[in-house]
Amino acid sequence: MSATWEDLVEGSGPEPRGYGPLTRTDFVRYQGASGDFNPIHHDEEFAASAGYPGVFSVGMLQAGILATYCTEWLGTEHVRRFAVQFREQVWPGDRLVCSATVASRHNSGGARTVDLDLLVTRVESGGTAIKGAATFVVP
Amino acid sequence: MGSEVVDHDKVGLTDEAATMPVERGKIREFARACMSDDPDYVESPSPVVPPTFLTTVNFWMTSETSPLAQVGLDLRRLLHGAQEYVFHGPPPRAGDELTFRTRVDAIYEKEGKRGGTMTFVETVTEFRDAEGTLVAEARSTAIETGKVAS
Repeated sequence: MSATWEDLVEGSGPEPRGYGPLTRTDFVRYQGASGDFNPIHHDEEFAASAGYPGVFSVGMLQAGILATYCTEWLGTEHVRRFAVQFREQVWPGDRLVCSATVASRHNSGGARTVDLDLLVTRVESGGTAIKGAATFVVP
Repeated sequence: MGSEVVDHDKVGLTDEAATMPVERGKIREFARACMSDDPDYVESPSPVVPPTFLTTVNFWMTSETSPLAQVGLDLRRLLHGAQEYVFHGPPPRAGDELTFRTRVDAIYEKEGKRGGTMTFVETVTEFRDAEGTLVAEARSTAIETGKVAS
């Protein structure tokens, strides 16, 4: 059920949604699907040799979860830009909350678009995993 | 001082164009890994790709042709700083065949709070359709920290 132009006023957004707790299996499933086999996300010895307490999530996994959250709201075929900055790392057992807010909307020559501010928050620490932005067309 | 490994002369380096078929099964696998339960990925014969799907271009690059691999980053000190996808129309669909090229767009350094000098490497991958029209661009920012985490 996509939102309509009338719904998409500045400051509005869908209900935040929780995901996880994330598991090592989630990391491995994403690595297999994406083709990013950096061992730091599944090999404890390798992660330790790099100075980390253990393996941590692939940033692009939480980016992909955020993309899922956005497209279920506004429709996958309508996305025109999706951008993320990775902040805190995400660890096994972390629960995440995705949220999105309409930052601005534009209507020129019949082409209607909304710019969104996006956030992925780590529930346990309260820290920010991702700050993002996206643009969707609105039919 | 920055990375002893990163070669700044690699800015502007562009690989050979290569082809990436957009496959339904791969889209379904990727969407599930991103925790989507959108029925379109299960039922549609030609679903649109999820917004971050073009990262699977990994499977169509080789380490010899990947410009990022040639820059020479150390995996133990590598962090993904940022990622952006721009679509110049509806995203590609299953059944499309894309031609892609990656270039090293910028290499620069910043002083980190904890890890010493950080080296940033930005790469841009352009995706074109069968007619040669630019349909999508991916910008990736990789960060090599000055020392391993502690």
